[in-house]
Amino acid sequence: MLVKQISIFLENKSGRIAEVTSVLAEAGINIRTLSLADTTDFGVLRLILSDADEAEKTLKNAGLTVRKTDVVAVEVEDKPGGLNNILDILGKSEVNIEYMYTYVHQAGDNAVMIFKFTDIEKAISRLGQQGINIIDGSTVYDL
Amino acid sequence: MIFDVEYETMPREALETIQLKRLQATCERAYATVPFYRKKFDDAKVKPADIKSLDDINRLPFTTKQDLRDNYPFGMFATPMDKVIRIHASSGTTGQPTVVGYTKKDIDTWASLMARALAAGGATKDDIIHNAYGYGLFTGGLGVHYGAEKLGASVIPVSGGNTKRQIIIMKDFGPTILTATPSYTLHLAEVAEEMGVDFKELKFKFGIFGAEPWSEKMREEIELKLNITAVDIYGLSEVMGPGVANECFQAKKGLHVFEDHFIPEIIDENTLESQPFGTSGELVFTTITKEAFPIIRYRTRDITMLNPEPCICGRTMVRMNRVSGRSDDMLIIRGVNVFPSQIESVLMETEGVDPHYQLVVDRADNLDMLTVMVEIGEASFFDEVKKLQHLEQTITENIKETLGVSVKTKLVEPKSIARSEGKAVRVIDNRKI
Repeated sequence: MLVKQISIFLENKSGRIAEVTSVLAEAGINIRTLSLADTTDFGVLRLILSDADEAEKTLKNAGLTVRKTDVVAVEVEDKPGGLNNILDILGKSEVNIEYMYTYVHQAGDNAVMIFKFTDIEKAISRLGQQGINIIDGSTVYDL
Repeated sequence: MIFDVEYETMPREALETIQLKRLQATCERAYATVPFYRKKFDDAKVKPADIKSLDDINRLPFTTKQDLRDNYPFGMFATPMDKVIRIHASSGTTGQPTVVGYTKKDIDTWASLMARALAAGGATKDDIIHNAYGYGLFTGGLGVHYGAEKLGASVIPVSGGNTKRQIIIMKDFGPTILTATPSYTLHLAEVAEEMGVDFKELKFKFGIFGAEPWSEKMREEIELKLNITAVDIYGLSEVMGPGVANECFQAKKGLHVFEDHFIPEIIDENTLESQPFGTSGELVFTTITKEAFPIIRYRTRDITMLNPEPCICGRTMVRMNRVSGRSDDMLIIRGVNVFPSQIESVLMETEGVDPHYQLVVDRADNLDMLTVMVEIGEASFFDEVKKLQHLEQTITENIKETLGVSVKTKLVEPKSIARSEGKAVRVIDNRKI
């Protein structure tokens, strides 16, 4: 059900992201999507990869600070109000979103968003009750 | 002008006779009244009566800052508290500052020596002294103040801070002598410029600067910007406060140590052996007239050398060079003493932080800025930015609370802090002083 996301701590220095991508390229790991949260001093690079476990090992070996986190891939109707509908359900259920970003590929006609929730189980169950499709981890990597 | 011609120009031989007599009396008294010294002397198998010549000072044990901390607060006092009329404390920040006391006679001696220092720096009784050293537990403000009064000058006890008001006072009161830290002096110059006040139109003639390391380059800058003659003053609360040594404005080449009250030595910081004049090493002081707080062979950790050459000003007292560094890793950040080990213990007490750190000191707009770089470990790396920022903030707050100094904390990647020969470089001091 859950998607494995790899987060990497990076200082704000030129060439740092390239270092990550070159490690992944050499290991033959494909980047499915990424998001970067940054401050003036540092950034957190979040990646969904073709093989999270292998990526974690490879990146750690390359000396990077890595953390594997569970996130949720949610199908969003690709029409006005699609995202709002989901946020509305979460809001009413008092589920807190830590962060979210878009997935590059679509699931059929629908868009896909990646969510990090404070309470993952509650989020999944409330969304499920309202007929929102959660995309399984194993499926997401191959979309 | 020489404030105390008799002593300051005394032939060396006569001076040494007085020094020996005073040293013997100090040892007798310290041994008799301070349990710490009695034990130290006994451990070193030396008795006060063994001091028969000035060279015998080598047989005496050293005193360190840690000894003062161990005897916090009044354990090193050699007189009962009813004889102590003043207490000062260093800016030491480990939770235990070093505390010093003065009898009425000590305060009077200090004032006289500070008057000598001011006179060496160009002040006379006709001058108005703008004293921007901080007043309080720090010895700077009150030390200079009493010396100025002893000299008979008019002193403006303006203390530190409120810079714009200081400039207005300078314009309106027409002070002729400035006493301040060199970095604050440059800050004053900048603020004056912003306010459209030209130092060349003020009445300053001389400035007496110290309490922090500075350089010949800073002297040139201050002299140019303030249109004055700038001299260096040295002192530390453990020995007395400001006025232990002062440069004469005639030569501006080293600080005359007031040797009839303090015996300076240079030691090799590793072997602890006494070094001859002209050798660079750690400066050690023994006070020979102080009553409440005598100190024997105090290791200042300041690196300098002693120069016995006769001086054009007529003083016979040996000169110490400008302090060139420290034999420990102490940093002075905006007047606060900071040891890297103190930062390290704060980091170790902060949850989720490994003590892999580096301190970077910069001076921007004449103010010191300390950046604490902390390597983020697996355990403390959160996927959320706000948690990381919270961690930075926690470290900054803990350091402020423990050390009393504001720093900027910056999380960095593991192993990004340069290690030389496997040993991390803990301090990078970029200050151009």
